[in-house]
Amino acid sequence: MQGMSAEANEIYVELCPENLLRALRTAQAARWVKMKLTNKHTPCLTVEVELPSIGSCHRLAVHDIPITIIKRRDWADYAEPEMPDFDVSITMPTLKMLKNVVDKMKNINNFVSLSANQNGEMKLSVETDMVSINTHFKDLFNPAWRRDAGDAGVGESSRSSQGDPAQFAQARIDIRRFAQFLSSQQVNPNRVICNIVNNRVVHFYLMHDDVSLQYFMPVVST
Amino acid sequence: MLSTQQADDDSANVFVAKLDNARNVSNILKAIHFKDTATVFVTSQGLKVTVEDAKCVQANAFIQAAVFHHFVLTQDQATFKVNLSVLIECLTIFGSGAGGSTAAASLKMCYAGYGSPLVLMLEEDGVLTDCSLKTLEPDEVLDFDFCSTNVINKIIMKSECLKEVFNELDTSSDILQILMSPDAPFLQLSTFGNAGSTHSSFSKESDMVEAFQCTQTQSNRYKMQLLRPSSKALALSARISIRTDARGFLSLQYMIRNDDGQVCFVEFFCAPDEEMEEPDH
Repeated sequence: MQGMSAEANEIYVELCPENLLRALRTAQAARWVKMKLTNKHTPCLTVEVELPSIGSCHRLAVHDIPITIIKRRDWADYAEPEMPDFDVSITMPTLKMLKNVVDKMKNINNFVSLSANQNGEMKLSVETDMVSINTHFKDLFNPAWRRDAGDAGVGESSRSSQGDPAQFAQARIDIRRFAQFLSSQQVNPNRVICNIVNNRVVHFYLMHDDVSLQYFMPVVST
Repeated sequence: MLSTQQADDDSANVFVAKLDNARNVSNILKAIHFKDTATVFVTSQGLKVTVEDAKCVQANAFIQAAVFHHFVLTQDQATFKVNLSVLIECLTIFGSGAGGSTAAASLKMCYAGYGSPLVLMLEEDGVLTDCSLKTLEPDEVLDFDFCSTNVINKIIMKSECLKEVFNELDTSSDILQILMSPDAPFLQLSTFGNAGSTHSSFSKESDMVEAFQCTQTQSNRYKMQLLRPSSKALALSARISIRTDARGFLSLQYMIRNDDGQVCFVEFFCAPDEEMEEPDH
């Protein structure tokens, strides 16, 4: 595949995720999968799947997923948000435990306050005028980030200390979205890192061998 | 048994109770959870939690002090009203723990007296949750005036066989009729629904019946809607006692064994449905 040009070696396309999901489902037991951009009356992402077969004939499934090509001038709209200049970075506790607690908290209120500090402590809080519930996790790992120009990576050198490590950074987020995020963790990430910018945004960074996933959740105003 | 003074066992609390497995409280409370609010009575005997509906039905859950490994009450009694739905969510915050496979959460309950919140502290696998529930002015609870001297008919039986019958009760029937008699059919549950009437009978000779003391033939009707919630308690119980008095009031008492084999009781009182005329048998 080639991009638009040598300088802009990318192509931006928009498609319906459900279509791609259906195509990939047929590929679970595939020998190989080939993806290409084609033009079949309309631009398509064509997914070719070779499926196992007993005989010598090939069994090929071809999916043509209609796509919209996004014009170069609109590319800025899709720019990946920058890694925020976060106040706290912490590894999440066991997702299963977190999911159980958040599922219960969901029944209490629509918003949860997520806070953490550089001392390995994380807190989830829900509050209504009837009840307040706080769950405290401790002994979590605070990763160190290397702030190189451009690419941020997890490295050995520690960030310049920004005040008291026991100080909590907090963010109030929509609990249903948070619960959705937690229940969608099928990929068994190596690590899930949570970065908090006090009162602005929560950034979840899932690291897997070849894939990384980032979720940004803005705070909900009171 | 008082443990050494801990930072949070300060003298401000009139009531402090601790146990190792929060399910021993949450499971019993789930058995009476058919309304959002409950009144909690704390005495030196333990906890009594009461839920009422329509001024016709009342459920009480009894959790004796012995179920807790630490139970201290510094005044005669404490009474308050709480939101039972929220209380159960807090007690099961680490997950409903279906099956005995999940680790148990330990529980500490504190109450500092009139107007204070009910404070719960739960811990599982090093994770700590603290909850503060507002308490409300307790309402007067009904006194069904059900005493053993007025009991006309009484049957104690194993819950096993009744569970199936209760689950299969015809929900299109507005009422549940209970007949108890020294003569056949001895004990009969009847419904009158859209498809017709159903009668389930239990002989006094049955292995399931542990005690049978019926002096008079009595047939009473109760609103199905009021009695259906009792099936949760029935599902958890090993034994049930069914009693009626001269007014036709019904007392159902359930003996429930918790995870640690300790015994707790739940009882339901229900007033008969007065709109019916004398039913035929």
